[in-house]
Amino acid sequence: MEFDFADQQPKLLMLMYGLVAFVLVVGGLLLLLDVVPAWFARRREAQLVAASVGGAPLPRRPKQREGIFALFFLLPTLLLLTIGLVVPAIRTVLLSLMNRTSTEWVGLDNFGWMFSDDAIVRVLVNTLVWVLLVPLVATGFGLIYAVLVDKARFEAVAKSLIFLPMAISFVGASIIWKFVYAYRGEGDQIGLLNQIVVSLGGEPKQWLLESPLNTLLLIVIMVWIQAGFAMVVLSAAIKAIPGDIVEAARLDGVSPWQMFWQITMPSIRPALIVVMVTLTIATLKVFDIVRTSTNGNYDTSVIANEMYNQAFRYSENGRGSALAVFLFILVIPVVIYQIRNLRQQREG
Amino acid sequence: MTTATPTVAAGTQKTDGTPTTTAGRVRKRLNSRTATLVSIVIAVVWTIPTFGLLVSSLRPEDEIKTTGWWTSFTNPQFTFENYEQVLFGRSASSGQLAGSFINSLAITIPSVLFPLAFACLAAYALAWINFRGRDWVYIAIFALQIVPLQMALVPLLRFFSTGVTLGGVTLMPAWDLVDEQKFAQVWFAHTCFALPFAVFLLHNFISQLPGDLMEAARVDGATHPKIFRTIVLPLITPALAAFGIFQFLWVWNDLLVALIFAGGSDETAPLTVRLAEMAGTRGNEWQRLTAGAFVSIVIPLIVFLSLQRFFVRGLLAGSVKG
Repeated sequence: MEFDFADQQPKLLMLMYGLVAFVLVVGGLLLLLDVVPAWFARRREAQLVAASVGGAPLPRRPKQREGIFALFFLLPTLLLLTIGLVVPAIRTVLLSLMNRTSTEWVGLDNFGWMFSDDAIVRVLVNTLVWVLLVPLVATGFGLIYAVLVDKARFEAVAKSLIFLPMAISFVGASIIWKFVYAYRGEGDQIGLLNQIVVSLGGEPKQWLLESPLNTLLLIVIMVWIQAGFAMVVLSAAIKAIPGDIVEAARLDGVSPWQMFWQITMPSIRPALIVVMVTLTIATLKVFDIVRTSTNGNYDTSVIANEMYNQAFRYSENGRGSALAVFLFILVIPVVIYQIRNLRQQREG
Repeated sequence: MTTATPTVAAGTQKTDGTPTTTAGRVRKRLNSRTATLVSIVIAVVWTIPTFGLLVSSLRPEDEIKTTGWWTSFTNPQFTFENYEQVLFGRSASSGQLAGSFINSLAITIPSVLFPLAFACLAAYALAWINFRGRDWVYIAIFALQIVPLQMALVPLLRFFSTGVTLGGVTLMPAWDLVDEQKFAQVWFAHTCFALPFAVFLLHNFISQLPGDLMEAARVDGATHPKIFRTIVLPLITPALAAFGIFQFLWVWNDLLVALIFAGGSDETAPLTVRLAEMAGTRGNEWQRLTAGAFVSIVIPLIVFLSLQRFFVRGLLAGSVKG
């Protein structure tokens, strides 16, 4: 029962290396950016001096050195994105068209498997349920709470408490809720949910084993985490509604209900869309909650979890990649929509 | 877009019309009373699960396993033994989370610094340097934000384990990392995955700096690197803090990337990987799970609570300003 600190030294040394590398790379880049232009400037000065002494025509000012600067500023980012995201994403698309060891082309077989295997269809249905419910419920709750808390005292504290789960890892949150759902066959219940059920005269249940209820209970965890995000963004949007509009509406004698639907809702529409989109993408990729709570058993698996199992546990590279590609296909509409928004903003 | 700080709230409340009649005033006060009450009740309900975990983690093993945590209000028995066990226990089943805690730190710190520095350089170039195709580069980086990182996992892992060969020429040998050296893989992966969002968020801030300032500096003969270092960096510290917190929480709380690139061994597994493992194999050892979960929560909670203002500002810049 003792902890040996010496075991930890290699790790801290590695951390040191990492930090040294950071200083070298970033410092080196900044230095390079400072020294090179200074050198060019000196050379140009020398040329000018030489030209004016010799009476030769002045050398033309070099055209547009801006591009080179931009390249250096962007170099690390573009390099890393290419190695870490672009090339791997393309390779994943290729792998999804190959067999499990990536030695033969199999066409769309992996995708065919996805839609014909009952277990995987179940996974797809679960993901659909997640994607439909989480953004809707979390945004709805966040909106109601944001409106409610807008007039309340202790606003900051109340908001912090709702927002708090954002700081907790999905793994931590899953353990918290696993404890709430805990079941005891005999004696006192230790899980809050079963205790409530028992005290209301019901029978305790093994919540996480019962499909399809268990998927809904896992969704509760996600909503619990994400509602705070929706609430904070929407609350800020509500506060940004210009006071004179609200004032004018009030003078016209609109009811709070009308106020909400005719003033608040149209004003916060952009924020509402952003929240929904963000939550949809986050939900599509949900992995940690399912893995920690049930490991995808009892009919609770989702695409991201199944993808991990196929690719990294069963070494089915083809199938795992196909699931990843499918995940990407699902977000493509969102990407297009976002880019259109962005271009409008840039032009406007 | 204003931030959600209480001062702003107080400011907007003053602009609400004050009802002129007594009845109106009473009704308004009642309304706000109900709203206060309901919102506080919801906030408390929201916190109960976390609170239950905290209370449980301080209770003796027998108590946790036989009675609900709410009974400790009538029969208080508290101990730090669970924490001692999960942090420093020597037996294989205890978790040995102190080591994982250090792993988490070793993974997180560089994974925050690298993307922060690179993204800030890139964001400056995209906002203030004129070059052809600038908008397209920005849009491409923006779009990458939405590529699920699942898309990159298998090939990136191969990239580390087999290196790169193009037409028989080895461009990069395999990394062949062992034990704690695997941290480098995790840093690399986290940096790549974080960059699109980081560039996007910091670009939002940097592009809104006053153009006159840049113009003046250029007229004075300052080069881009100089402007970046002496003018831009000091001005965007809040944005750097916002992204830093964001990335810190993301990396510290991440399970998938760590699971794949760090693996589950004692030398490299961070807290999340350890905990997920414990929840799977020792699902009924509540005394360890509760204490372990709280160990993993405490650092992000402190960071979050002390720097919430920056975090919220970053969140709003990243989502609403678009």
